[in-house]
Amino acid sequence: MNGGQVLFGIFALLTCGGAVAVALTQNVVRMAFWLIVSLGSASGLFFLLNADFVGATQLLIYVGGTVVLLIFGVMLTTSGPLLKIPSSPGELIQSAVVGVLFISMFFFTVWSVDWEHVANTARVHDSTTDTVALQNDTTGRPIGMAFLGVRPDRDLGAAEGQPLSTGYFLPFEIVSMHLLVVLIGAAYLARAKRQITTAESRSEVV
Amino acid sequence: MMTTLAASTLAEFMNGYVSPELALMLAALFHAGVLLLVFAHAALIFIWLERKVSGRIQDRLGPTRCGGRFGWAQGLADGIKLIQKEDLIPRDADAFLFRLAPYLACIASFGGFMVLPFAADWVAVNLDTGLFLLFAILSLEVLGIVLAGYSSGSKWSLFGGMREAAQMVSYEIPLAICGLIPIVAAGTLNLTDVGQMQVGHFGNWFLFHDPFTFFAFFVYFTVATAGCKRAPFDLAEAESELVGGFHTEYSGMRWSYFFMAEYASMLLVSGVATLLFLGGWSTGLPFIDQPIFVDLKSWNPGIGPEGFVLGSYISNLIGMSVFLLKSSFLVFVQIWVRWTFPRLRIDQVMTTCLKYLVPMSCFLFLGATMWPLLMAMGKGQKTTIWPQPLGDRTVQVHEHVLHPINEPKIQIADRGEQTVDFSETPVIAKEAILTEAMHSPSEQGIQP
Repeated sequence: MNGGQVLFGIFALLTCGGAVAVALTQNVVRMAFWLIVSLGSASGLFFLLNADFVGATQLLIYVGGTVVLLIFGVMLTTSGPLLKIPSSPGELIQSAVVGVLFISMFFFTVWSVDWEHVANTARVHDSTTDTVALQNDTTGRPIGMAFLGVRPDRDLGAAEGQPLSTGYFLPFEIVSMHLLVVLIGAAYLARAKRQITTAESRSEVV
Repeated sequence: MMTTLAASTLAEFMNGYVSPELALMLAALFHAGVLLLVFAHAALIFIWLERKVSGRIQDRLGPTRCGGRFGWAQGLADGIKLIQKEDLIPRDADAFLFRLAPYLACIASFGGFMVLPFAADWVAVNLDTGLFLLFAILSLEVLGIVLAGYSSGSKWSLFGGMREAAQMVSYEIPLAICGLIPIVAAGTLNLTDVGQMQVGHFGNWFLFHDPFTFFAFFVYFTVATAGCKRAPFDLAEAESELVGGFHTEYSGMRWSYFFMAEYASMLLVSGVATLLFLGGWSTGLPFIDQPIFVDLKSWNPGIGPEGFVLGSYISNLIGMSVFLLKSSFLVFVQIWVRWTFPRLRIDQVMTTCLKYLVPMSCFLFLGATMWPLLMAMGKGQKTTIWPQPLGDRTVQVHEHVLHPINEPKIQIADRGEQTVDFSETPVIAKEAILTEAMHSPSEQGIQP
């Protein structure tokens, strides 16, 4: 067992343990805290996989952004009945059924995969032949190039006169536009809806 | 190769003595230890500086007696006092979160140092997404503050925590946008590369790259001051209205952890400002930079164990001193501002951010992206006014300074033998094809 595996064990345990604690805790703010633990450890798993960008994004968006907003929202509504959320027996049974079903599906899927084959394929694809060197030091993965609409993995070495392969530039842009629309929509829905109180309306009339 | 860690080099250095696994672990421990020292000393020194500067600004002397001259041991004395204090937890507090919150704030501000390069080769983790990760970690500090405010079970703390949350959520936007502006010029998020590009003439500093980066520095510094919840933006503590804000209920060491985090993150954001705008470890004078950061690196008198280059070590040491000097100056300015300006009201803080700083940073960002186009139209290929062109510097960074001992370099001269027609190809594909062609000379006559 090497250091990487030990670290993986710690992060995986924290991720799962945090998730279980979210489900078991009844206080909303503590739930948010355990969510931080779980999501933060998931980003640790990404760092272990050398996926720095994904790990940093996980920290920024989930831990930094979402959880701050969550806590912020909780604190604004903290005095109400929402502070403690006890689960009724019916809810417990429901969630247990859904959870067990999900986990069985998960196990079934994991066991039905030929992992040795996958690992061997991944090793082949991991080799540097798959990476397109851009400059001395920078490399671009085919997927990144494809998002820019360029397919050097297909077009390089293709026969002359063949049409260029298509990338994913248009879908990528459509997704971006979709996100922008969602953002604007959210801002529109969350805008301050000013209610004119009677005193104000009276003064306006006067 | 992509993550040329200083850790991995230290690990490689120790490889001969212990097993690779242990070497990597020892190197990681060593880096963490060094960074912990930086973290602790930042608090110690800057708290002393804060007392001295505030004293001078208010026509007092500040601490004078503790530790002999200038009261330099005042911070140590404070620390000893704080350790002795009783660790109080209010009856209404959520004890678990109350105890944990200071550590959360500390970890977030300590974590940022992980990717902050102090000199050309001295960085714990050299990531290609360095600045991005740094901003991500910086944004976590608010969690500790908010949880502290909530879990104290006190209305002052809750108000402080809520203000902090509102303030941080708003100020993160201009902070990230202003951080992006020099990145647009540099073309890399790797902080070591960004620093290395500015070595040489001080016109190379991104502060002087174009008018937009120049103004972006001041916007960034304002936003960063607010991000460290320093006066005039310290609404989260605001002792005149909220007693102590989020740390009202804290005492002893837990209370001091918040301040260690605050002073360390002051150094952190100042360090980022130094790297992004003020030339990092460069002195700004080419006749000093050239011998120190380029020529000295290869000087190896053969002292010490194998793999240790004395010249490189000295060069990095000087670089780190320059870098810390610049960052400390920015921290000094933050202290100066704190004791000079009155505190804003919470609505004024939010107005400053949302109505002024966000539009300003957006405009500057837009301008910075347009600038190369403008310059290319007006002055041919050059995208700067008077410093050395960025493209040259990028090539230098990659060829000479950063990776002096690298895999075999690509000989540009070989290009002449290939017949590759680039006229119709997009730039990215052009480079890809070019490199591909250079790497495999056997495949002759590749046509896009």
